[in-house]
Amino acid sequence: MPNQKVMIIGGGLAGLAAAMKLAELGVDVDLMSLTPVKRSHSVCAQGGINSVNKQTRLAGDNEWKHFDDTVYGGDFLNHQPPVKEMTEWAPRIIDLMDRLGVTFNRTTEGFLDHRRFGGTLYKRTAFAGATTGQQLLYVLDEQVRRWQSQGRVKVYESWDYLGPILADDGTCCGCVAQDLATMEIRSFSADAVVVASGGCGLIFGRSTMSMVCTGSAVSRSFQMGADYGNGEFIQVHPTAIPGADKLRLMSESARGEGGRVWVPSTPQDSRTPRSIPEAERYYFLEDRYPEYGNLVPRDIATREIFNICVNEGLSVEQGRQCVFLDLTHIERSELDRKLGGILEIYEKFQGVDPRDHPMKIFPAVHYSMGGLWVDYQKSGSGGLQWGSPQNQTTKIPGLYAIGECDYQYHGANRLGANSLLSCIFSGLLVAPSLVEWLKIVPKAAADQPSSLYEAARQERQVRHDKLLNRPSGGENPYLIHEELGDVLTKSATVVRRNPQLEEGIDKVLELKDRAAACSLSDTGNWTNQNVVFTKALQDMFPLALTVLRGALARDECRGAHFKPDFAMPSLKCEEPGERIREAEAWCDRFEGNVDKWLKSTIATWQGDDVELSYEEVDTSLIVPRPRLYGLVGADVIEEVWKERVAKRTDVEATTA
Amino acid sequence: MADTSSKPDHFEVRVLRQDGPQASSYWERHRVRYEPDMNVISVLQRIASQSQTVDGKEVSPVAWECNCLEEVCGACTMVVNGRVRQACTALVDRLMAEQESDIELQPMSKFPVQRDLVVERRRMFRGLEKSKAWVTVDTYGPMGAGPRISQTEQENNYPLSQCMSCGCCLEACPQYTKVELVQGDSESDDAFAERQDSTFDGEFVGAHAISQVMLFNGHPIAKNDANERLDSLMAPGGIQVCGNAQNCVAVCPKEIPLTTSIARAGRATTVRAITKFFG
Ligand SMILES: Cc1cc2nc3c(=O)[nH]c(=O)nc-3n(C[C@H](O)[C@H](O)[C@H](O)COP(=O)(O)OP(=O)(O)OC[C@H]3O[C@@H](n4cnc5c(N)ncnc54)[C@H](O)[C@@H]3O)c2cc1C
Ligand code: SF4
Ligand code: SF4
Ligand code: FES
Repeated sequence: MPNQKVMIIGGGLAGLAAAMKLAELGVDVDLMSLTPVKRSHSVCAQGGINSVNKQTRLAGDNEWKHFDDTVYGGDFLNHQPPVKEMTEWAPRIIDLMDRLGVTFNRTTEGFLDHRRFGGTLYKRTAFAGATTGQQLLYVLDEQVRRWQSQGRVKVYESWDYLGPILADDGTCCGCVAQDLATMEIRSFSADAVVVASGGCGLIFGRSTMSMVCTGSAVSRSFQMGADYGNGEFIQVHPTAIPGADKLRLMSESARGEGGRVWVPSTPQDSRTPRSIPEAERYYFLEDRYPEYGNLVPRDIATREIFNICVNEGLSVEQGRQCVFLDLTHIERSELDRKLGGILEIYEKFQGVDPRDHPMKIFPAVHYSMGGLWVDYQKSGSGGLQWGSPQNQTTKIPGLYAIGECDYQYHGANRLGANSLLSCIFSGLLVAPSLVEWLKIVPKAAADQPSSLYEAARQERQVRHDKLLNRPSGGENPYLIHEELGDVLTKSATVVRRNPQLEEGIDKVLELKDRAAACSLSDTGNWTNQNVVFTKALQDMFPLALTVLRGALARDECRGAHFKPDFAMPSLKCEEPGERIREAEAWCDRFEGNVDKWLKSTIATWQGDDVELSYEEVDTSLIVPRPRLYGLVGADVIEEVWKERVAKRTDVEATTA
Repeated sequence: MADTSSKPDHFEVRVLRQDGPQASSYWERHRVRYEPDMNVISVLQRIASQSQTVDGKEVSPVAWECNCLEEVCGACTMVVNGRVRQACTALVDRLMAEQESDIELQPMSKFPVQRDLVVERRRMFRGLEKSKAWVTVDTYGPMGAGPRISQTEQENNYPLSQCMSCGCCLEACPQYTKVELVQGDSESDDAFAERQDSTFDGEFVGAHAISQVMLFNGHPIAKNDANERLDSLMAPGGIQVCGNAQNCVAVCPKEIPLTTSIARAGRATTVRAITKFFG
């Protein structure tokens, strides 16, 4: 069909990768973003991007191991075919980024240098100084600008996506959006719309994410009928710098290089930290995990820090929760050499030198594993079928989702440095799928009646005008946002308990009503940030409810979702025979739990609240196995488990 | 460490406001409650939430731009206490230590004001387009790894690749002057954008773009387009406009060696001019 066009919402890594690939395939692209694309949130990523590489191969690594690490890290909640395909493509994606000019760090011989990240034994992570995300985003931005100069891509910067337009048969045939300067609301026709709008950290108030990460684009698609998957899985990073405006990430390497985490034994001790004697300091991680000390994995560190402040009342400060992350015992020269870059960040934002004063840190919401539910077409080899219009499509035909805002790649927990990969991968993957979709669209967008577009525009215009004309003296949207953040942070971050979740839902429902009664302090129609924020705020509630309801329903522990009331117990028996029997029972319970809960949570919007259903996870390639970290008796359980698996494969072999 | 005992309960912020493009600007005073670890962004957040001046007058929230709050996106550039910088790294404690009186916020003066502290910096991105600041590759298909690059080359290029198009270098540059066009009543968006672009192209591109030219001309593949980039720097609005005042390098938050890039670009364009003359 002639004059077909794809609209992409978002110019982070995912959106830009899709745009450049579509352009290369000869498709006309419109790309819309709240911010100039070069200022998208992806610039914040510091650590790096994963792939199997020449050096790791020498050490015995391969794509399958990267695949296995990713699903094991995700506690087996990720569908396996997309992950397999992504990890197979990872080396080629790094090659492409390298060819596009990313200033990756180099080895002496001029090859890419790599570092090691959590959740793997191999040095798979390529990096560019402390700004890998920025460097990756810039090369993609440059490529899209190249296509723009050839007229293949048209970029609409400073536009707010207000939702998809659906034709009579339910197919997406465009979207409505608003110009942030003129406040004009306009309908855009498109033969497919791709949502690449990133994460939704702002529903938690403050997080490590950027200010446009409100989830608004996702919520607006969700409210129009796109399902949401695994909403309850939110990654919390153990060490962030609490700020009045944002919680800034403090890299794991601070602990890696010898940083010690502690609180004064006396709550809110008013002495300066360095004058508090050793005997009056509580190094709680070292005390509780003598073996791993300060280097316990992310989720454990997060829970302990949270616990010591919230439940044990030992926060360093009154009225604000934080613990010390102390590097002051290490030589300055050593700190500069190993941690220079990240210490400068602390200094820049706190105005305090962490070489002289212990840093104050607290866990912060960091990544949303859940997102818009998307489909895929499995290939004969267990990976994905490239060019299938099913890949990355949401529940709404013609509406696609990629990047952090889809739910597909990270299961219950994301491995560090895997996200930049999934963003670029899903962007490249969706392009040929869209080409095929364009061949089979039921009706070209150009042939849809203009009344359809006008009606959709009108609907959004009415909502906008109503908001502007609300009587004064109503609720303040900024204060409601703070309250929403507090409720979610309390009930649905690190530790989750059903009574708290129930209470959280009640509060969110109440706040949702209050948010509907907001008054604006700016009622003008020129660069009105007040009304844009209020709309984004109102659209946070469907996502907040998705997180809470999903978490309440899921009575188990999996990945980032930790419910102590349903945790798998340690072994208690000492006598070896008893212990094996206990381990057998443990494995029975584990298998029972897999049957019951190894399922994706699918949320559907019902107009005023969410409804949950569950979907089987494709585990056809790697059998789910227990994650045993920190359990007493882990060795015995593992032995019993291995025997079971061996027996099962024997049986399968004989019956086959 | 921030010693809160010596801090005031409240402090005042003077903001230079402007309701829309070409509208006249006016100062407005706000009072904000002091909190530890504040930066100018959190000050603006409080102002938005209060929407009230010092005298209790109800006003619309001050408009400003930001995103990353980590000084990597370049969105939040403004003039704080007379100095162009990022609002997110402008810490209130530091500002108070530097200057006893109020905090003063103004939009950048080299770009058209859209509203209050929000300015339109499209001209910077046009500069990148004009300079062909990209690597031209055959295909995005799997073709193996890129060229080998030595550690020294990487160390030279990495600083240049950190330019976040924030605009500080342009605000500080005496040769970079504001271009503000008005869309005609019957002029379409596309026609207006085209007219803007051709006007921008005749005006100085600025240090950031010159530096990007040197970044790409130093890349083993991108240097295939080196001559075209140099030609763009020799056209009107190119490097000859630079008066070598060196203000740019002093204000770059990423400490990009802009004057080194400018000097290198100067030599390269001279060589290019001579070759063209004899070629
Ligand atoms: C501090 C930090 C460090 C990180 N470090 C790493 C790391 O080292 N390695 C790693 O792999 N991952 C890391 N991550 C995660 C990773 O950075 C993100 O998951 C990834 O960048 C998301 O990219 P994206 O393309 O999906 O979306 P984004 O980059 O968030 O882009 C979203 C785009 O959508 C647009 N948009 C949003 N809403 C709308 C709307 N309503 N209308 C129009 N446009 C809209 C935005 O303007 C933007 O252009 C980190 C994350 C954080 C917070
Ligand atoms: S050196 Fe050139 S670009 Fe830099 S401030 Fe001076 S005139 Fe401007
Ligand atoms: S060169 Fe420096 S000051 Fe200029 S735009 Fe880039 S980062 Fe900003
Ligand atoms: S908000 Fe990104 S640089 Fe300040």
